[in-house]
Amino acid sequence: MPITEKDIQKVANLAHLELDEEELKTFGPQMIQIVNYVEQLNELDTKNIEPAIGGLTPEGANTDSARDDEIAGSLGQKTALEEAPDSAHGHFRVPKVL
Amino acid sequence: MSHQTVEFSITAAERLNETLNAFLEIDREGALLRATEIEKRGTSGALAGIPVAVKDNICVQGLQASCGSKILGDYHPPYNATVIERLTKAGAVVIGKTNCDEFAMGSSNENSAFGPVRNPWDTTRVSGGSSGGSATAVAAGIVPVALGSDTGGSVRQPASLCGVIGLKPTYGRNSRYGLVAFASSLDQIGVFARKVEDVARVLGVMAGRDPHDSTTADVPVPDYTAALTGDLKSARLGVPRALYGEGLDAAVKTSVENVVDVYRELGAEIVDVELPHARYAIAVYYIIATAEASSNLARFDGVRYGFRAEDTPELRQMYRRTREEGFGPEVKRRIMLGTYVLSAGYYDAYYLKAQQVRTLIKNDFLEAFKRCDAIITPTSPTPAFALGEKVDDPLAMYLNDIYTVTANLAGVPGISVPCGLSSERLPIGFQLIGPYWSEPTLFKLAHGYEQARPFTERPPINAY
Repeated sequence: MPITEKDIQKVANLAHLELDEEELKTFGPQMIQIVNYVEQLNELDTKNIEPAIGGLTPEGANTDSARDDEIAGSLGQKTALEEAPDSAHGHFRVPKVL
Repeated sequence: MSHQTVEFSITAAERLNETLNAFLEIDREGALLRATEIEKRGTSGALAGIPVAVKDNICVQGLQASCGSKILGDYHPPYNATVIERLTKAGAVVIGKTNCDEFAMGSSNENSAFGPVRNPWDTTRVSGGSSGGSATAVAAGIVPVALGSDTGGSVRQPASLCGVIGLKPTYGRNSRYGLVAFASSLDQIGVFARKVEDVARVLGVMAGRDPHDSTTADVPVPDYTAALTGDLKSARLGVPRALYGEGLDAAVKTSVENVVDVYRELGAEIVDVELPHARYAIAVYYIIATAEASSNLARFDGVRYGFRAEDTPELRQMYRRTREEGFGPEVKRRIMLGTYVLSAGYYDAYYLKAQQVRTLIKNDFLEAFKRCDAIITPTSPTPAFALGEKVDDPLAMYLNDIYTVTANLAGVPGISVPCGLSSERLPIGFQLIGPYWSEPTLFKLAHGYEQARPFTERPPINAY
């Protein structure tokens, strides 16, 4: 399937990436090469095959992962904000949204 | 005693780092303080005073977690990963954080934003990846044990290229809480060491159910060292001959065939097995891993932690510029590929198809394990290649993982064990893959080989 520079731009937008000129040029052919490679999967008939989604081992799938409904400690506002590039008044601060 | 051991490791790490670039942070002060405490307390923990190096995508409170990326800036996680909690409780001392491919994406460690790790056997060659720093630190004798993460071979492949043992446990054996997520259905934290017994001891301490990771399974953790009996008489080893062909280096092939002969001599029964869908594994892997990565890495947006691009007065622009400046080329390529395969109209053709073929790969293993206790393959198709050799060809780089990705896709455990040197004195490793929760069997088999053919060679760059 052909992947045009316009497709690359569209995917970059979806992924919140702002690619530079050179990346736009190199990623296209590289992605085509990889996508062509993965299309070998079409040789296989998978009509009646269940997809492998969910717990991989039977034991993992059978493990009850629900926790008791009890209050536990959290990081707290101060610690949670300590690594933020910008914060103010106990909140994360971001540039203008609208 | 523990103070002395830890001091030795720190000094060696500092001295060799200019040559090897294995560490991104060395915690001299903190590690010595903890070593002194342990000595004073006379703790009898299972790992009391053992120095450990930790891949820089696993959270250790007080130390950095860069994941080999610029986007995390100077991030210092405010909590410990569960595996770190358990290891330190048993007395282990973290001496530093090791270099890796950015977000664990790579097979050569050349995708680190902080420069590649160099192989201690030949510094013009790659260490393998993505946990290259941890493999190198153990190979060079800096630490006896190191942690890495393995999504498609990122513990086993560098272990093979550096001449040490590397384990990827069964999916759900170790908690992923505090491991920065790359591909959540494939990631497992693994262990490097120079002796099978050390790997077994460390896994015994860190494995088991964790309420903070709902994918850990409620399966008892046995005493793994009890499996090191040396008795291989009743063992059945499966050889998938069809995988010993195209693309496999002749020296690696000969070396692994010799290992099969050793096992036969030790009394193991050798049987032929087939994994008919293994040749599709790389294609399946690069759809599933990139799809999961594109979703997991959406969290790096310059808001809650890490780096934020400057002079971006509008929110969307800030996200885009932060990610453009913060991520390296391979990470962007994989986010792009993952976003593409998940985008409207392509989901069924790529992602769903890949998950269906993943079932076929898993079924191949279930079928093969009816006839054998473990499967033996090379770990990597070649010994360590030259730095720069494959950087411009992503697909060629991906094919390094041909023998290792199947275990991640099926969720089964795998271990790489050194089995000699090539004519250029580069390590070669073989891999054992077993059924779910068969770590004791893998340890027994690996240990049996280790006893029969001990790997005692040391790299020219070392701490000894």
